[in-house]
Amino acid sequence: MAVKVLIPTTLQKFTSDRATLECDATSIAELIDSMEQSCPGIKGRLCDEEGKPRRFLNLYVNDEDIRFLEGVQTALKDGDQVSIVPAVAGG
Amino acid sequence: MFDEYFCPCYHRPQLVDAHSPTETMTQTIQSPELATQATFTALKCKECGAEYEPQAIHVCEFCFGPLEVSYDYNALRRQVTRESIQAGPNSIWRYRSFLPVSTQTPIDVGTGMTPLVRANRLARRLGLKNLYIKNDAVNMPTLSFKDRVVSVALTRAKELGFSTVSCASTGNLANSTAAIAAHAGLDCCVFIPSDLEAGKVLGTLIYSPTVMAVQGNYDQVNRLCCEVANTYGWGFVNINLRPYYSEGSKTLGYEVIEQLGWKLPDHIVAPLASGSLFTKIHKGFQEFIKVGLVEDKDVRFSGAQADGCSPIAQAFREDRDFIAPVKPNTIAKSIAIGNPADGVYALEIARKTGGNIESVSDAEIVDGIKLLAETEGIFTETAGGTTIAVLKKLVEAGKIDPDETTVAYITGNGLKTQEAVQGYIGEPLTIEAKLESFERALERSRTLERLDWQQVLV
Repeated sequence: MAVKVLIPTTLQKFTSDRATLECDATSIAELIDSMEQSCPGIKGRLCDEEGKPRRFLNLYVNDEDIRFLEGVQTALKDGDQVSIVPAVAGG
Repeated sequence: MFDEYFCPCYHRPQLVDAHSPTETMTQTIQSPELATQATFTALKCKECGAEYEPQAIHVCEFCFGPLEVSYDYNALRRQVTRESIQAGPNSIWRYRSFLPVSTQTPIDVGTGMTPLVRANRLARRLGLKNLYIKNDAVNMPTLSFKDRVVSVALTRAKELGFSTVSCASTGNLANSTAAIAAHAGLDCCVFIPSDLEAGKVLGTLIYSPTVMAVQGNYDQVNRLCCEVANTYGWGFVNINLRPYYSEGSKTLGYEVIEQLGWKLPDHIVAPLASGSLFTKIHKGFQEFIKVGLVEDKDVRFSGAQADGCSPIAQAFREDRDFIAPVKPNTIAKSIAIGNPADGVYALEIARKTGGNIESVSDAEIVDGIKLLAETEGIFTETAGGTTIAVLKKLVEAGKIDPDETTVAYITGNGLKTQEAVQGYIGEPLTIEAKLESFERALERSRTLERLDWQQVLV
């Protein structure tokens, strides 16, 4: 189950400056654990003390925010792309 | 609400970004004159308090909280007086000491110092006694409050050495970034949703930036831009320059204080998109209190959203302290942000000041645009229509005291969103160039008035 993950600049110090990672995972929760295996420390940045994704962080599977899907239980399949995007102001 | 529970790094000692402190210090120390002028000291995480050098970064690397500029308020208290502000330029740069730039020659295109209009006719119609309109529909150069934030962001972008600037925009920000980049001689590439109003697209293209019309809503545009910002060394005004950009909105607070004769209002009503403007007006008020420029007073903060994109109003109504993102569907495209980054802070301010956050339908928004135009001669866009409609709703619900000095912030110009009102306003009476033709038409129009004729929204 190879999933491509886009890593924001803020987290690239955990990924040896790589902007993308390939991970094996069948859900977002599993993906975060898998990333922690290959990039120790990254989970602590992505998740709060309860293990939930931080509230100023947006996670997308392909084009969809996981909060519109099944949250961290959102299923992943081969070829999916996951984006990790910090919240930004706008208008 | 923002307690240490959310942030494991809350108790860490204050941290300084290890990447480039030396370069920054060198940049600011090169000119002693500039160094003494700059009163901003660092970027600080609003969630956990971690501190960083004032570089082009916008999120805390520990908790992803937004970074905000902090200042040396003791220095500000010493440096700034009402007189020194009044002696400054007739633009936002009269408040330069409160803005995160170190140059003495910021990009000044006459932005700010827009009229604060005593709105007597609208007040009477609504049943208020002391209503003012802060009219950024005539802000310069591109007729929205965004000129304030962009003037600050691009001034800072130049200081940080960027030659290309960019933004994700619902229209107004694109207009402003493209125009002020043209003035400053910066390359510009803007990203907008592909379904924007024609006036906003044309009002960007005229300045010849590169325009990417993205097939998706604003939240999707923003996501794409975050990914672009990761790989291109551009200054995105609302991403990596966001801490500087958002400070520009404080001037909407400063100006109202100064224009009210150095007094705070009792109540403000402002539109809510990402929530940034709302929180920065609050910060502006607090800063002037802190340095002694205005006497402290409670100010109630009320926010306006469209029903078709009201994640903050919904959270307010349901007494939640988190924002559930929504997919926007409203004519108020300039405030159609389904995933508002500063929503939780806007919620907190509305609650702690005794304000409200309300939403209104698209039909009410159109009525709001027309009401402001007919009573005050101000043609605003959909965001302003939302603000006026919410103002009306709050008055009708008894949530604004008629005696309160109330300021409604009108942040954009109606000529940019003509589509919103087409079909809901009158049409010209086409006549021949003959007196009898005119008289017939005049009689007809008076008959229609007597019948209280008006078009009905469908």
